[in-house]
Amino acid sequence: MTHVLETAGLCKEFGGFRAVSDVSLKVREGDIHALIGPNGAGKTTVFNLLTKFLQPTSGTIVLEGRDITGEKPAALARQGMVRSFQISATFPDLTVLENVRVALQRRSAPTYAFWLPGRVLDRLNARAMELLELVDMQDFAQTRAADLSYGRKRSVEIATTLAMEPRVMLLDEPTQGMGHEDVERVTRLIKRVSAGRTILMVEHNMKVVSGICDRISVLQRGSILAEGSYAEVSADPRVLEAYMGSDDADGDIGAGGEP
Amino acid sequence: MNSRTLLTLAGIAALALAPAFVYPMLMVKLLCFAIFASAFNLMLGYTGLLSFGHAMFFGTAGYILGLGMKHLGWSPEIGLIAGMAGAGLLGFIAGAIAIRREGIYFAMITLAISQLIYFLAMQTDWTGRDDGLHGIPRGRLFGLIDLENDLALYGLVAVCFVLALAAIHRIVTSPFGQVLTAIRENEPRALSLGYDVARYKVLAFTLSAALSGLAGGLKALALSYESLNDLHWSLSGEVVMMCILGGLGTLSGPVAGAFFVILLQNFLADKVGEWLSVIIGLVFLFCILAMRKGFVGELSQRLAGLRGKARAAS
Repeated sequence: MTHVLETAGLCKEFGGFRAVSDVSLKVREGDIHALIGPNGAGKTTVFNLLTKFLQPTSGTIVLEGRDITGEKPAALARQGMVRSFQISATFPDLTVLENVRVALQRRSAPTYAFWLPGRVLDRLNARAMELLELVDMQDFAQTRAADLSYGRKRSVEIATTLAMEPRVMLLDEPTQGMGHEDVERVTRLIKRVSAGRTILMVEHNMKVVSGICDRISVLQRGSILAEGSYAEVSADPRVLEAYMGSDDADGDIGAGGEP
Repeated sequence: MNSRTLLTLAGIAALALAPAFVYPMLMVKLLCFAIFASAFNLMLGYTGLLSFGHAMFFGTAGYILGLGMKHLGWSPEIGLIAGMAGAGLLGFIAGAIAIRREGIYFAMITLAISQLIYFLAMQTDWTGRDDGLHGIPRGRLFGLIDLENDLALYGLVAVCFVLALAAIHRIVTSPFGQVLTAIRENEPRALSLGYDVARYKVLAFTLSAALSGLAGGLKALALSYESLNDLHWSLSGEVVMMCILGGLGTLSGPVAGAFFVILLQNFLADKVGEWLSVIIGLVFLFCILAMRKGFVGELSQRLAGLRGKARAAS
């Protein structure tokens, strides 16, 4: 099996504090790969490094065989690796339909044409509705994104990300702060959209991780502590210790419970 | 016919009738600043970028038009187009430099560049330095219409005003406008969708600069005079005030704001003298505290509220 995304010796220092230290991560093609670890383990930093929102102090990042260490975030998105954000990232004042359409527009409609009327974008509506149906949001097409519940904003965000037709999706805590029903809905959704693509996600909820993830990397104090399937990782005494030693109730790996 | 079309037609009718009631040259001044404020709104209201140097575009276009018409025998339409092109080019350069920084730093860089232009104009002989550039001929539009007639000049300015507002409306509703809105709403997300955010901002800055140049060119043409005041940072501040007073991100807000500020200046200047800035400052303070969305924003919100109530009652 080939590796879609690989890092070698990835380090990030913030003014002498080493947030990420020598992380070598290998994400296999077609996997749902989870990045877990106690609070402050550096998960989000790794995430920001991978998507180029932060520049690593040292180390390399390779996407599908190409070194992308020096790329810009927007260029990366165009090469098929698209991220979501920890805090739900929609365009609040746009409707749900427009949110998805903005993503479609970048690929297949004019974006600099300030002289054309807005209705030239209407031909993207059919495809946008298809994507909304995929995430069960077709009934909310004309709702302002700001007026949606948290879970539904997540769905819009995933539909928007799918509009980019990414081969690699990076999801930053997709179920964070959600109620029971929303968690299940989004988990099913992630499983559904994982067909034909690779997903790397940061996740606290062990039920989600154990349910849908093929492979798990455990991060602790900026380094990878263990890697493997859920069964392997959850049996690793070092992992258990890392989680017990912290006050992080969310990450109770032994119990496999909910947050 | 919907209410929007009706309002537009009413506005155009008011423009046509205005010179019968208001001194045409006052209307010309009002419209020039209304175009300027509307162009500025394209940056602050629709893109979310605070430029603090927009006077450089207004003044530069005025000087280009003035010099070209006075010394090179340009016709007014060439002068206006050259002014817009010059301001747009300057906007492109200033935008490309300033866009590397965000928020207050962006504002400071635009201010620094505009100060640079100001001092260049002050040091150069052909701008007339402190005396200003006098005796710009108004000329004949398309070689036919004599603009020395104030009414004809007013007609030109009114047509430019309508075209400028139409252009701004088109820009903000275009595919490009949709991307701008996305950038204003959530820049990191726009970036993660693959948009080169900086390029869109520079284009918005360039368009805003060119339209500001149209305003500056018209004003220099109307007054047959261009001075360093039109490049001064205080004008850059004034246009921010006009936009915020009237209401950001609305088409009519900056127009209302510009009318308000200029009328206040006109009526009070000879009555209160030095106290004028104090009064305008107080009004500004009051508006910021009491009307967060500006005149137009508040008004449309109230109207929407009334309409909602009426619907609930029926």
